[in-house]
Amino acid sequence: MTGVIEQATVGRRGGVRALWAGNPWAVVQRGLIAARSSSWVVVLSGFFEPVFYLASMGIGLGALIGTVQTSGGAEVSYAAFIAPALLAVSAMNGAIYDSTWNVFFKLNYGKLYEGMLATSLGPLDVALGEILYALLRGLVYAAGFMVIMQIWGLNLAWTAILALPAVLLIAFGFASLGMAVTSYMKTFQHMDWINFVLLPMFLFSATLYPITVYPEWVQGIVMAFPLWHGVELIRGFTTGVLSPDMGWHILYYVVMIAVGLVFTTKRMRALFLD
Amino acid sequence: MPEAVITAESLRKTYKVKGKADFVAVDDLSFEVAPGESFGLLGPNGAGKSTTMKMIGAVSTRTAGSLSILGLDPDQYGPEIRSRLGVVPQQDNLDGELNARENLFIYGRYFGLPAKVCHEKADELLAFAQLEDKAKSRVDALSGGMKRRLTIARGLINDPRILLLDEPTTGLDPQARHVLWDRLFRLKERGTTLVLTTHYMDEAEQLCDRLIVVDKGRIMAEGTPSSLIRQHSSREVLEVRFGSDRNQQVAGTLEGIGDRVEVLPDRILVYTSDGEAALERITALGLSPITSLVRRSSLEDVFLRLTGRSLIE
Ligand SMILES: Nc1ncnc2c1ncn2[C@@H]1O[C@H](COP(=O)(O)OP(=O)(O)OP(=O)(O)O)[C@@H](O)[C@H]1O
Ligand SMILES: [Mg+2]
Repeated sequence: MTGVIEQATVGRRGGVRALWAGNPWAVVQRGLIAARSSSWVVVLSGFFEPVFYLASMGIGLGALIGTVQTSGGAEVSYAAFIAPALLAVSAMNGAIYDSTWNVFFKLNYGKLYEGMLATSLGPLDVALGEILYALLRGLVYAAGFMVIMQIWGLNLAWTAILALPAVLLIAFGFASLGMAVTSYMKTFQHMDWINFVLLPMFLFSATLYPITVYPEWVQGIVMAFPLWHGVELIRGFTTGVLSPDMGWHILYYVVMIAVGLVFTTKRMRALFLD
Repeated sequence: MPEAVITAESLRKTYKVKGKADFVAVDDLSFEVAPGESFGLLGPNGAGKSTTMKMIGAVSTRTAGSLSILGLDPDQYGPEIRSRLGVVPQQDNLDGELNARENLFIYGRYFGLPAKVCHEKADELLAFAQLEDKAKSRVDALSGGMKRRLTIARGLINDPRILLLDEPTTGLDPQARHVLWDRLFRLKERGTTLVLTTHYMDEAEQLCDRLIVVDKGRIMAEGTPSSLIRQHSSREVLEVRFGSDRNQQVAGTLEGIGDRVEVLPDRILVYTSDGEAALERITALGLSPITSLVRRSSLEDVFLRLTGRSLIE
């Protein structure tokens, strides 16, 4: 048995602040074990929030509004218009849930990361592990939501299946950026700023009506925020109208993931490996 | 002498302080620890013990000097060194969301050990820490002493070559302390090198083969517990109390009795080779202490002498 241990732990170079041990899965596994004892009410409420929006607005407002034109030019029912947006929102909510408040508590009130970084794990393992775990919840929410869309006939084209990897990307992006931002927050008041950004982003990102209702300069602001890119990407897939612009949306998220990872890792290093 | 497992030379650590000159936490430490040895770091609060432990534990980068752990420089082999160490930090950092057994299991996973090995080790270490009946308890539901025992057990999950213990028995009841000492002796017998800090002098005498006394980041003395007592203290100590108001005043008249007189807030210590004789001379002066006690010199006296302060402030 000692032989196994020697084999597993020997031979990794790098300074005290070395970044990577190639073992983020241990951190993900820790999240999964901890989740077993977490409250299922909270988990379920996060899932049902967008479902309730879809049911109330899609059916209620949908009856008044009729059809809406997407940015891709397709005329779709109101429910089919907001459903992909709500799918992006549910991926975002799930990812944000674990990467902000939960991480904030671990950073400030527990010494979890200090313990992790006293092992052979590096800060990038911890950051990536926590982010991967956070995006899992987003993925589960979104997959559940897609089933509901399918049942209500809101997936209009076969390309809707591509919404799943897109959701993964979106959840990854939000988890990554969410954790980076959280790692710089020191008090509860700071954490409120996150909600302050999230709510308007949810309301204005072409979620509930087309972005064209705004003057151009407002559109520019909306487009600077991540959710709009997610909404457009997924709406393209579920309505079956693909465009080259989707490449930009994907790129936006790739950059967001990278930026989030870099800053989270930097911060972890500064906090726990000085 | 076999090659040292830890070698520190002129080890130094400074912390940046906003708007002021850098704060020197560890100034100039040089020491060696031999394989299988049990090495103690003593010193008053803020002496730099934990800072030194963190540098040895390869989670803090030294500012200057050289450091070698198991023949490796932490500046180049941080993760590799960490993978061979067991660490018991001054403040428990157990995973509050997991139960006791899960804490052990997942810690092994952090080291990259296979799940099967982690399961076996978790059970073995629960027995070691006598926490089998608490295996499924959340960490938050454990008593302070139980948490401490779990932290120590967790530090052993990777069969470390060196175990770093920062005040391992603070907060333990006497029974638990003795159990822990016994466990540490057993580890030592198996060849594990122990490096520990403590504020309990009896513990240092029990556990340490050799120790250094540190103050303000510098070494004040080094040696085995008995040699330190011989060098830095008299054979016996007479403790007399006159009440906190009078101690200071009386102390002046005691000059010349014994080798040295030390005034503490609550009592006066007279260092002498013959405590009874010293007490007779004090009573002959017409002074009548409220209480008096003659005892053998201990590490605590060495400590007081060297640092000029009581250990537990
Ligand atoms: N991260 C830090 N930043 C700035 N100063 C620090 C930091 N960590 C420790 N210090 C300072 O360095 C000095 C030594 O601290 P250290 O924790 O090593 O003391 P110690 O010997 O372990 O004391 P104790 O017996 O109280 O545990 C203290 O003055 C402390 O304030
Ligand atoms: Mg300390």
